[in-house]
Amino acid sequence: MKRASIISLAIAAAALVAVPWIIGGDFYINMASQVLIYALFALSINLMLGYGGMVSLGHAAYLGVAGYTCILLVTAGYNQLTAAVIAVLFSTAFAGVFGVLSLRAPGLGFIMITLAIGQIVWGIAYRANDLTGGDNGMSFPARPMPFGFDIRDAKSFYYFTLIVFAIAFFFLWRFSRSPFGASLVGTKDQPRRMRMLGHNVWLIQLLTFVLAGFWGSVASILYVYYNLFLSPHALALQQSAEILLMAILGGATSLTGPIVGAAIITLIKNVISTYVERWNTLLGAIFVIAIIFMPYGLVPGCKQLWGWLQNRRKNRTLQHDAPSEPTA
Amino acid sequence: MQGQFWIIQTLNSVAFGGLLFLLSSGFSLIFGLMRIPNLAHGAFFMLGAYLGYSLLIRGMNFWVAAVVGGLAVGLLGVLIERFIIYPNGRILRAIGRFLDAAIFRPLHVISFDAFWRGLISRFRGLVGNEQGQVLLTLGISFIVADLCLLIWTGDPMTLPAPEALRRPLFVAGYAFPTYRLVVLGIALVAAVGLYLLMERTRLGAMIRAGVDDREMARGCGIPVSRLFTTVFLLGATLAGIGGVLGGPILNAYPGLDTDMLPLALIVVILGGAGSLLGAFVGSFVVGFLYNFGIALVPDLAYFVLFLPMVLVLVFLPQGLFGRVQL
Repeated sequence: MKRASIISLAIAAAALVAVPWIIGGDFYINMASQVLIYALFALSINLMLGYGGMVSLGHAAYLGVAGYTCILLVTAGYNQLTAAVIAVLFSTAFAGVFGVLSLRAPGLGFIMITLAIGQIVWGIAYRANDLTGGDNGMSFPARPMPFGFDIRDAKSFYYFTLIVFAIAFFFLWRFSRSPFGASLVGTKDQPRRMRMLGHNVWLIQLLTFVLAGFWGSVASILYVYYNLFLSPHALALQQSAEILLMAILGGATSLTGPIVGAAIITLIKNVISTYVERWNTLLGAIFVIAIIFMPYGLVPGCKQLWGWLQNRRKNRTLQHDAPSEPTA
Repeated sequence: MQGQFWIIQTLNSVAFGGLLFLLSSGFSLIFGLMRIPNLAHGAFFMLGAYLGYSLLIRGMNFWVAAVVGGLAVGLLGVLIERFIIYPNGRILRAIGRFLDAAIFRPLHVISFDAFWRGLISRFRGLVGNEQGQVLLTLGISFIVADLCLLIWTGDPMTLPAPEALRRPLFVAGYAFPTYRLVVLGIALVAAVGLYLLMERTRLGAMIRAGVDDREMARGCGIPVSRLFTTVFLLGATLAGIGGVLGGPILNAYPGLDTDMLPLALIVVILGGAGSLLGAFVGSFVVGFLYNFGIALVPDLAYFVLFLPMVLVLVFLPQGLFGRVQL
């Protein structure tokens, strides 16, 4: 790890810890928690998108499976920890089935199957009145008390989210540097060669799918804790698309990109929604603009721009030193 | 009474299957030829229903409204295909030159032409990036759906069925809803028409060639990119007509697009992409399952759809009659 990245990581960590002091008011602290939760969603989908090149439009399905399971278990009287663990495990197992089915089709069929399965989960949540409360949704009794800490108020919930997020981030950072992560990037760039080298491409992709499902489920539990409510609207296609857009907008090939994307989209959504109701139009427009103008996302785009500026400055000084040499 | 229930549900299913065929045949052809699942197809269907509503309350004849609404949606589809998904450089450059000469040069503001050329090259950079193109169609579908919400508000709107078809037909003591029979008839006519178009005409032969091997077809001198536009026009028009025809049965409401789109996807997954027969069989299978699912086990209607999809994906990943890899 380079020293520069250690320093920037330390600064980012300090800033994140200091957020509740910098911004006063529960409203903004809650928004920060929301950003972290969505950032976790975006990071999890980015495992598939950025490293594996798999575009999933069904990521909100985990919100449904993990979220409803957790709510139902807690309502049925199980203790919070058991409920959360069972919900995440069940949702991860669901991700396994989801992945096996989606990976039957490479490429664009994958998008179609994930979208269809995501919508089926939505449809079940919407229709199964007895189980999920249908369109009215279900409310979650109360936030848990992890190790006896009270996380009911905005500030402590923010720290709770931050700790979970930090663990996830560390894991994903390790993942991106592990041999498995490298072989995953290999399956994206050169699936045939990877197969020739003896890697089981299908298994690598499936494991990634399950891993993404796991972190998606963890984020879903946080989402339920944050909102204390879940309705089918939260698992609609828009939600999956938003999560995907966060990863694309921020830059799927980088680890920080999805976090930046999540922050931008969440802030825009919160700000815009207070003024106009046209969030979906804006979502669609950002989609179109991001894909056409920033196919690699903001973070890599800014890096590129930075590099280009530095090169230009270097060229300019070179020009000063040796004005006779033509620069093309 | 029991017999009546089954008759009604069966007719509902086949009518719904017919609507699904109008929606998914175009979707399947577009996917087969362009290799892009057009995720705006559900929005096209919904737009058709809303346009039909607006035309009908202005007193237009139902069948004329269906054709006009369908063509309007088809036109929108062509615009989207020609300008956003596969931008045509020549037309766009001509527009840029015109705008530059008409507005921007006299004003001396900016060099619009240079800006426009940059824009076009950005758009054209997407050609070949099929994932990007799919996500574009998704973005477009959100915009279309939200504009529908803006224009027609959130209240569900029932399209009035044609006067003559509102009364049910009585045969042997059972009532048959006439309108649904007519919708089924139209879908069957459309199916036969599409079959003849694909199998018996030069255009159909070119489309089939494009579906089977795009590069080879291009090499043989088939204008594949013009075929793209044609197929998009056809698909979007069919979806729009389906929307108007479906209006009296399904109503036009926000969310109709995301209700219909996954059904079209499942039809194509079941039937196989790029195949008309697959879309036909898949539509009626999904129509029956969905309708009877809602009637008999309303809670699990969507789960019922899930099972055949799983079976097909596991045992026949190309779909029942697939021509191309999904």
